Amino acid sequence: MSGLLTLSDVHTHIGSYHILQGVACEVPEGRTTMLLGRNGAGKTTTLRTIMGLWQASQGAIALSGDRIERLATPDIARLGVGYVPESMAVFSDLTVKENLVLAARDGPLDDTHLAWIFGFFPALKKFWLTRAGSLSGGQKQMLSIARAIVEPRKLLLIDEPTKGLAPGIVMALIECLKEIKRRGATILLVEQNFYAARELGDKVLVMDNGTIVHSGEMADLAADVPLQEHLLGLSLEQHQ
Amino acid sequence: MSEMAATDALPKPKRDIAPVLLPIALALLMLPLIGSVSSWVTLTVASLAMGMMIFIMASGLTLVFGLMDVLNFGHGAFIAVGAYVATLVLLPLASFVQADSLLANLAVLLPAVLLAMAVSGALGLVVERVLVLPVYGQHLKQILMTTGGLIVAEQTLYALWGPQIIPLPLPTALRGSLIIGDIAIAKYRLLAMLVGFVIFVAIELVLNRTKIGLLIRAGVENREMVEALGYRVRRLFLGVFMTGSALAGLGGVMWGLYREQVHASIGDELTVLVFIVVIIGGLGSVTGCFIGALLVAMVANYGGFLLPKLALVSNILLMVAVLMWRPRGLYAVTNR
Repeated sequence: MSGLLTLSDVHTHIGSYHILQGVACEVPEGRTTMLLGRNGAGKTTTLRTIMGLWQASQGAIALSGDRIERLATPDIARLGVGYVPESMAVFSDLTVKENLVLAARDGPLDDTHLAWIFGFFPALKKFWLTRAGSLSGGQKQMLSIARAIVEPRKLLLIDEPTKGLAPGIVMALIECLKEIKRRGATILLVEQNFYAARELGDKVLVMDNGTIVHSGEMADLAADVPLQEHLLGLSLEQHQ
Repeated sequence: MSEMAATDALPKPKRDIAPVLLPIALALLMLPLIGSVSSWVTLTVASLAMGMMIFIMASGLTLVFGLMDVLNFGHGAFIAVGAYVATLVLLPLASFVQADSLLANLAVLLPAVLLAMAVSGALGLVVERVLVLPVYGQHLKQILMTTGGLIVAEQTLYALWGPQIIPLPLPTALRGSLIIGDIAIAKYRLLAMLVGFVIFVAIELVLNRTKIGLLIRAGVENREMVEALGYRVRRLFLGVFMTGSALAGLGGVMWGLYREQVHASIGDELTVLVFIVVIIGGLGSVTGCFIGALLVAMVANYGGFLLPKLALVSNILLMVAVLMWRPRGLYAVTNR
């Protein structure tokens, strides 16, 4: 399986803080790679650095072999990278429809694709003309993910989609992400929820102190409680 | 996927119409205090006209504030330059301005307005590239740079035109009043109201019915996410900055014609008023800016009539009152 995204010795400074300290990893095409780690390990910074929202101070980031670490965020997005931030960042003054119209950068919304999205996010259809600011947390997360997949993307960067959501909504989001996986999407997913990580992940990367400290198959880590405790400080079961 | 909250009923979003009702309530409240219907109509029309002109000048600034997070204290330079550019066209062609023909008046007025907007817009391009671009995200430096820009622009106008007040007579067709019973309504004020309202509607249509408008609204709220969707916000910023500058230039022409004079410190004088309107309205909100401009003008006109001694501080008092009611302005769009 080839690496769609490759990070080599990536360093990121935010002000005087040295957050990423030589991240090196590969995200294989067509698979879901989980990015795990303690709070403050550098997971969100990794996603933001890939997206160009924070500039890497050193190292190389390659998408399909092309270097992207010096590109501006819009240019990285135009290469087919979709981003779902931790904060969801839906445009609350815009309606659900307007949020998706903006996300469909290359043309009008495709009705067939939209129907597919509505299939697992029925709330978006129901509240099509409602201002996004009025939606519940779960519905905002649906909209945020829908915005990232409203057009075909090469790579999806998703940051803690289940954070702060009710268990029922988490289960539904997992089903949705599975469906996106089935379509062959390549996903780099930051997740703290063990169940979600185990259900969705093909591969796993574990971060600590701004570096990747473990890379392997998700199933292997899920089965190895001592390794989980070593890498994450507690088992994934406790990590929910 | 399960129905997952899909069928949960959402609370109907409440339409926040309290700020919209404010100018109406204020106008009605003033009627018994003023006593005379004709005086009330005159003051109200004057307020609406003045408010629309201030709105034209402030609308660009509020978008620049909201979208770009730029504190442009040099916005007054575009107002002054617009007014002065209009004199370049209107004064040499005074015979057309004074002709008793609407067509002759328009033949010079329209080119004067368009040239003023073009020059102010072009100046906006230069200011954004030279003064603002190096200091994005640095508010203190923005204030220093743009205030410096305003001073340079003002002194350049002094150097080129001198310190004297330059008369800018109204075209003949716009002089005089329409008489309805014992009420006289100045024609120019009606025109100012019409132009301001048309611009307000046009901006609202662009913001709400076009993709560019969606981008501006989204960018005001979360610039980073708009970029993450693949849009080059920098170009959008520049377009908004230039449009805002051009509108300020138009406002300068209209204000100059309203006062029938132009002087180098016109922009400096109006900057404070324009900033009060932007703050009252809520940074980045065009609707808030529109209502704020009306309120400022009403308070100035009604206040000047009823309590002349309070006229000097009336706008500051209004701003304090509004911010005590709504600390982020009438319609808060950004989190700033």
